[in-house]
Amino acid sequence: MEMKRIKAPLEDKVIEELRAGEKVFLSGYIYTARDTAHKRFIDTLNQGGKLPFDIQSQVIYYCGPSPAPPGRVIGACGPTTSSRMDAYSPRLIALGLKGMIGKGKRSQAVKEAIKQYRAIYFGATGGAGALLSKSVTSSEVIAYEDLGPEAVVRLGVVDMPLFVINDIYGSDLYETGTSRYKR
Amino acid sequence: MKEVHVDEIISALEKLFIDANYDLSQNVVDTLAQAIDKEESPVGKEVLRELIKNANLARDEHIPICQDTGLAVTFVEVGQDVHITGGSLVDAVNEGVRRGYSKGYLRKSACHPFARKNTGDNTPAILHTKIVPGDKFKITVLPKGGGSENYGSVKMLVPSEGKEGMKALVLEMVTKGGPNPCPPIIVGVGIGGNFETSAFLSKEALMEPLGKRSDDPEIAAMELELLEAINKTGIGPQGYGGTVTALDVHVKMVPCHIASLPVAVNIQCHAHRIKEAII
Repeated sequence: MEMKRIKAPLEDKVIEELRAGEKVFLSGYIYTARDTAHKRFIDTLNQGGKLPFDIQSQVIYYCGPSPAPPGRVIGACGPTTSSRMDAYSPRLIALGLKGMIGKGKRSQAVKEAIKQYRAIYFGATGGAGALLSKSVTSSEVIAYEDLGPEAVVRLGVVDMPLFVINDIYGSDLYETGTSRYKR
Repeated sequence: MKEVHVDEIISALEKLFIDANYDLSQNVVDTLAQAIDKEESPVGKEVLRELIKNANLARDEHIPICQDTGLAVTFVEVGQDVHITGGSLVDAVNEGVRRGYSKGYLRKSACHPFARKNTGDNTPAILHTKIVPGDKFKITVLPKGGGSENYGSVKMLVPSEGKEGMKALVLEMVTKGGPNPCPPIIVGVGIGGNFETSAFLSKEALMEPLGKRSDDPEIAAMELELLEAINKTGIGPQGYGGTVTALDVHVKMVPCHIASLPVAVNIQCHAHRIKEAII
């Protein structure tokens, strides 16, 4: 199968080339955020505040890693279920968020925002926390340290293995894949 | 009478939870490898290859298989000729969990249901005990992630719904979960007993080795029929589409009330972490 190498932050012309079902290897910097961090992002915006990082063209990874043992950058760091972030994602996409990494189906509103603002949703293999940790070369907490595994962490990644789930053309791997193999 | 000191129980639990989270059993790795041949989708095959790579990395480089190192599900079989000394069994199990999750750098995922405040040490354990004949003390741990557990269900069917009703419930839960419980999944089905017995049986069913069929031909046939139906849903590895949605299905069945037909479904992810020890 075809595999592409891409860089984060994401450029529009790269996103335009991506199609649901493709495997990609992502390198660059990405930000972890899950349930509570997302809630804080939106609360901050509602109060007229600024997000803890410039979200323009960035990629968010829905992940709460296991603790890093001494001498390691990170513990196991696979994806968590993305749908819990559906309520917050369209607003972040409208502000310039370009990529999301997680597992599981997204809401119609998120899929619409992906098309409208030319963003992309990747699946990381759930339960492959050891494999995914091998792509992480640096890890730095940049906000909400009090949240422990839910803090916002800036991760340096090299060749992180991902699959394109929702592309800007409205295609959804969960739907096309399942209907292709349904008997 | 044989004596088992709580310190032995604590050490055993500590080791079992660490081993389970770092070392995927050969039975699961072999089943994933066989699934590559059975899987028709190229994307599905690629996912399965990633899972085997992940299991090897976890074991060789000592990284947890998955960051969701689960709630600490613990089954203890106590021989009726065993006397536990030095303290309480429940305290010993919780202490073993506490040490294992701390020393093993495992994520602590237990929290208050509403306040969502983390208990900090992954206790309390989910402890099931059974008194059995003999003088053995057997512990089985099954650290269980939240993503798969969320798609479990207990339903009190009307007896007239029969096998078809049972099958429909299993397929409903598998389809509802789709990619979320991290397929290829393992499905435990508990049939009969009453409300809580069916749920317990569905969890116990997950402890059977993959590929092993029930000794009861009627149950074995149900297991195969359910596995085939689940693999026709097209969900596939990670829900990306494919022919291997489940690695196996295990069914446990006991008699129930003449007015009832309890059925429980418990779903397990491919990171099927299970270890046992006998003291």
